[in-house]
Amino acid sequence: MKGLKGNFIENLPKIYGMYTGGFLVFILIMAVFEQMGMDADTIGILFVAFTVLIYAAIGWLSRTMQVDTYYVAGRQVPTVFNGMATAADWMSGASFVAMAGGIYFGGHGYLAFVVGWTGGYILVAALMAPYLRKFGCYTVPDFIGTRYGGNLARFCAVLVLVVASFTYVTAQINATGTIASRALQIPFEVGVWFGLLGILLCSMLGGMRAVTWTQVAQYIVLIIAYLVPVFWMSNKQGFGVVPQLVYGEAVMKITELEAMHGLGTLDAVAGAKAGLKALSVPFVAAADGWKFVTLVLCMMAGTASLPHILMRYFTTPSVRSARQSVAWSLFFIFLLYFTAPALATFTKLQLLNPELATGIIGKAITEVNALEWVQKWSSVGFLQVIDGNGDGILQLNEFFMRGDIVVLATPEIAGLPYVISGLVAAGGMAAAMSTADGLLLAIANALSHDLYYKIIDPAAETRKRLLVARALLLVIGAAGAFVASLKLTSILGAVAWAFDFACSGLFFPIVLGIWWKRANRAGAIAGMVFGFLAGTWYLYMVRFAGMDPWVGIDHLRFGMIGMPVSLIAMIVVSLMTEEPDAETQAMVDEIRVPAGKTILGSSH
Amino acid sequence: MTDASQRVEHWTRTKRLMIITLFLWVVFSFVVHWFAGALNAFSFMGFPLGFYMAAQGSEVIFVVVIFWFAWAQHKIDSETGFAEEE
Repeated sequence: MKGLKGNFIENLPKIYGMYTGGFLVFILIMAVFEQMGMDADTIGILFVAFTVLIYAAIGWLSRTMQVDTYYVAGRQVPTVFNGMATAADWMSGASFVAMAGGIYFGGHGYLAFVVGWTGGYILVAALMAPYLRKFGCYTVPDFIGTRYGGNLARFCAVLVLVVASFTYVTAQINATGTIASRALQIPFEVGVWFGLLGILLCSMLGGMRAVTWTQVAQYIVLIIAYLVPVFWMSNKQGFGVVPQLVYGEAVMKITELEAMHGLGTLDAVAGAKAGLKALSVPFVAAADGWKFVTLVLCMMAGTASLPHILMRYFTTPSVRSARQSVAWSLFFIFLLYFTAPALATFTKLQLLNPELATGIIGKAITEVNALEWVQKWSSVGFLQVIDGNGDGILQLNEFFMRGDIVVLATPEIAGLPYVISGLVAAGGMAAAMSTADGLLLAIANALSHDLYYKIIDPAAETRKRLLVARALLLVIGAAGAFVASLKLTSILGAVAWAFDFACSGLFFPIVLGIWWKRANRAGAIAGMVFGFLAGTWYLYMVRFAGMDPWVGIDHLRFGMIGMPVSLIAMIVVSLMTEEPDAETQAMVDEIRVPAGKTILGSSH
Repeated sequence: MTDASQRVEHWTRTKRLMIITLFLWVVFSFVVHWFAGALNAFSFMGFPLGFYMAAQGSEVIFVVVIFWFAWAQHKIDSETGFAEEE
């Protein structure tokens, strides 16, 4: 790859075309092996091991010792490929594994995540990405530090970035550990370190360049792994050729079935293991409007403030391509996100509909317990059947499962071959690894570029800077894996928090830095510090100190407290202090037009 | 036209585009979902409309809006002479 660098960019469609073809051939070979009698476990191991090896190879081929290649992939990532890389960067283990399950249990209310995690890109495109690209920074704190000037502003941005991204990355390493441990049949604690090893192989040697090209490869795997089972299932069960467009009827049917099975009239059955739930929320009925829109707002503003996403748009060749690239990112994300509700609907219909062979609610418990997939997932603690009223018939409130099952087990429930389960494991691994990579790199880059190089040792030479960057990657990765191995939080709680941290501390300092010339250093520092502290304080009070949430703003939505505090603090303090000097104002004028040189040089 | 007046025109049009884009964003991120209950009385492609907008409708519109925005902003950049040389 190093040898044909100029060519490499032109050859990208061909290279990834061959890669995609190769992956499809690999799936077919696995299918043939399955027919020849290879067991499910071996297929799972081969899928995960094969794909992780490919990512590692790409990471190795992309190694570099140049600063701008390490930090921004040499700013030559083409629009559509950057869109794919961003989509992989974005869609985490939680999106892949937990989202459909969340919709399965939460119905309409949970769709706030789907809306929030797509619409945020409009903010990225309209308010941020093109201007940050014009700025020419390596990291988000690089922008804050240069626009507002001074080490304190830079340091505050680094701090918010590290807290938000670290919260997120532990959940991702946790997910790689879960998938690796299940697919490779190793203990979770070992799986976590195995996952980390894969992640570091993708990022350590080549920085942003390596992460970019592995993320494109990971996107291809994860989208195939998500879509193939859904299309297959839909066609097999006669829902239609393009399931996403035609599941309206199934949605209506579920409302009927819920009423038939007595949803909402049944008492909760006690005794389920931690993390397992029975259905209790109607699928379609509209969620509380306030709760819905507050969650949407926090997730969207968080999207637009998370540095691992923003920094992807620093890698495009031009401002225009940064803008288009945001659009392509949303398109590639959309492909998965508009499929998740369809998948949740099918799974629900299959389990609830007594007319289907797969329907289990209303059947005899002995019969249900005899099903192979029920036994398999019960044995690993993902699923539980408790005969609460002792009548020997499975009621809706007696069937408990983890949300993850919707993605992981639906192929088995629908009776698809094992090769599909292996594919799904590889997809989940790709989703979690790609996000973890982006996050680790965002943290390590902020620490190595902003904290070490810009604040501590501005005289450091290139070689030393890049060594420090890699050492930090290793240390932060290990810290993340260590925290993940303690299993402190459920996957999704932590993920939503990362968005709230990011929007509380960074949203307004970034946006106003571009859109409000009057914003100055003191204002930005106040915005970051007060917003972040207010949000964090509220999270602590609601989640850990037993305070009653204000007007329904629970711990998932603490950005609703942090953001207004940040905005007000930033405006008030900016207006109370002197306006920025003429040089800074001229710089803001320059950011606002695409033409001309970037503010910061290509190597800084 | 002087560079300064071009800059003013470019920024005025850019701001207007941003406001239109964010208006659409507000409608499809918040307004329609606030009224999801009422919209569920209507049916669209076999879905209850409120549910459909959250599961698919808003997302489709976001994709369309964002591609349109990228196109419109480039138009502004080229017409005011601030597009990059390619």
